Amino acid sequence: MTKIINHNHLRELESEAIFVMREIAAQFEKPVLLFSGGKDSIVLVHLAVKAFYPARIPFPLLHIDTGHNFQETLDYRDELVEKIGAKLYIGSVQASIDKGRATEEMGVGASRNKLQTVTLLDTLEELKADAAIGGGRRDEEKARAKERFFSHRDAFGQWDPKNQRPELWNLFNGKKNMGEHFRVFPISNWTEMDVWQYILMENIPMPSLYYTHKRRVFMRDGIWLAEAPFMELKEGEEIVELDVRCRTIGDISCTGLNLSTADNLEDIVKEVAASRVTERGGRSDDKRSEAAMEDRKKEGYF
Amino acid sequence: MDSKAYLDMSLLRFTTAGSVDDGKSTLIGRLLYDSKSIFEDQLLAIEETSKRKGQVDVDLSLLTDGLRAEREQGITIDVAYRYFATPLRKFIIADTPGHIQYTRNMVTGASTANLAIILVDARNGVLEQTLRHTFIASLLNIPHVVFCINKMDLVGYKKETYDSIKKELEQLVVKLNLRDARFIPISAKYGDNVVDASEHMDWYSGTTLLHLLETIEINHDLNMTDGRFPVQYVIRPQQKDYHDYRGYAGRIASGIFKPGDKVKVLPSELTTEIKAIDFYQEEIDEALPSQSVTIRLANEIDISRGGMIVHQGNEPTISNNFTLDICWFNEKPLDLSKKYLLRHTTNELKCIIKEVNYRTNIVTYEKDFADKNIKMNEIANITLVTAKPIFYDSYRKNRTTGSVILIDEGTNETVAAGMIN
Repeated sequence: MTKIINHNHLRELESEAIFVMREIAAQFEKPVLLFSGGKDSIVLVHLAVKAFYPARIPFPLLHIDTGHNFQETLDYRDELVEKIGAKLYIGSVQASIDKGRATEEMGVGASRNKLQTVTLLDTLEELKADAAIGGGRRDEEKARAKERFFSHRDAFGQWDPKNQRPELWNLFNGKKNMGEHFRVFPISNWTEMDVWQYILMENIPMPSLYYTHKRRVFMRDGIWLAEAPFMELKEGEEIVELDVRCRTIGDISCTGLNLSTADNLEDIVKEVAASRVTERGGRSDDKRSEAAMEDRKKEGYF
Repeated sequence: MDSKAYLDMSLLRFTTAGSVDDGKSTLIGRLLYDSKSIFEDQLLAIEETSKRKGQVDVDLSLLTDGLRAEREQGITIDVAYRYFATPLRKFIIADTPGHIQYTRNMVTGASTANLAIILVDARNGVLEQTLRHTFIASLLNIPHVVFCINKMDLVGYKKETYDSIKKELEQLVVKLNLRDARFIPISAKYGDNVVDASEHMDWYSGTTLLHLLETIEINHDLNMTDGRFPVQYVIRPQQKDYHDYRGYAGRIASGIFKPGDKVKVLPSELTTEIKAIDFYQEEIDEALPSQSVTIRLANEIDISRGGMIVHQGNEPTISNNFTLDICWFNEKPLDLSKKYLLRHTTNELKCIIKEVNYRTNIVTYEKDFADKNIKMNEIANITLVTAKPIFYDSYRKNRTTGSVILIDEGTNETVAAGMIN
């Protein structure tokens, strides 16, 4: 039997992403892959492994650790790094707070999500990274719809939406001055559905958080959040134990949980197909204002 | 949904061109809405905004509203990418603003498109902007162009109106040598012939827009003839098990590659055979255009990024002196005294613009041989000289090996897109 690649839409997206991965390795001196433990960055790592096989991926992973991560995320991360033989750097938000580079939000609804930007930019500078590979997708949020594959950042790590380079065909321009860097998004053209279908097609092992499990949770502003020592409860908020799973994983303070019984990838794909709310609908960090993402991106967020 | 159905879906990239008033945002909103690609939280957000603005119907165009800067000015300033899917296909829309000062954005959106939708307001017929949009579709060699005669509701869904606009467009299609053109009368606002067939236009027996997008044959658009493999990256594992492994990673630009194929390597012009084609852990028997693979050769030949593997007997042009059509992207006009960087496939090299041959008017299509000052959003034909020869095909034949960008060495900005003649 002739062995060929069944070139469906997922293979086309994969091919594009692998092309971008190889461009990054060719055009930049010190790229890093931003790994959050979420499904998008897990797919990124998978694509990087495929792009350079049988060689190891030619760049390290960087995890910005808020200190408020699910233990499952950290365990999964360490196992993955071990398996693919990659180097892992960790940027700690706690360390940024201790050094006085960032100030902790206080009170109910406090989150370290925004503080990550400081840690991220500091760590990229320490590592002298000239490209940070991220799992951002254009379908996630409207401020992302105009993002480039190769997104230029000035010497302060900032994104200027009005001063982005046009991208034509598959000719990517990664030229920059000293001190500037790029954010590169190989899965720009993927949707949430594509990501899950691809995970299913490739049978990529996922952290247990994505499958249904019993967890102690409470409801805030219509979103189920996980119980954790640093999550202060408001009056009237009550802890209950439910069957839930994550649709997107950030740190505990802003990751909404879905009521679900999906315990395998096929059921997750079906659930995503039937869903009538966007995945970021469960991210309390996006609810802060209509232009919340646009503002965070300008400052240098992921 | 059958959980394995997605394995048979294909991908269509299309671009939409239209100006502020011809209903482009409404059409895209309609496609997303009627194909159920809009989520409740998004819909809720635009319902609230519509109400706040005092509109009675939900304004679907709000769905494609982008950055705050644009919302405040009520305009689109950049290419935005949108996504939707049906059980047959996944779609990527490059949504581009149609105003003349955004010609460069239209060119950008068109560069990766298999298909262009050009909106024509049924009340106004073929306008200057229609001529411009069609010219760009032709210049960028988009394989399929679909003219949507929109706002049919405002002309009483009359066949005569549609027919006369169609006739005019057909002349344009011939003049610009478009490969494949289609015509559909629609009302984006009310959904006629967008996703569902119109109840108001019995005289139209053709397909709806979505059905056309779902079924139009796109496999024939690929160039399966000319074997071109630009080497992107050389894989040499520093690991014991793969001591002798040397693989050339890249994306097939055109043609079909198989193990055993007799190939020539550029620029060295040495000949050899393909030993194997790797796709991750598998050796495959055939690689097709746009697939990212790794090729191993029978002989040890030194190739680095920027080199190209081609089939013997079917070779690209090798030259450091060639003409091309460009669209100028930058606020600083083209400067003949300057050196630019040229990016072509995986190659990057210095070049100078030897001559501006003429400037093309994108509405009258006339060539201007007198005024050769090329400013932002203008189209020109130029002659380039590169520091070393490049291996290229004409853009008409090959969109990958025939396209280039120019980069300003001082600012690092992409200043032009070029299509080699």
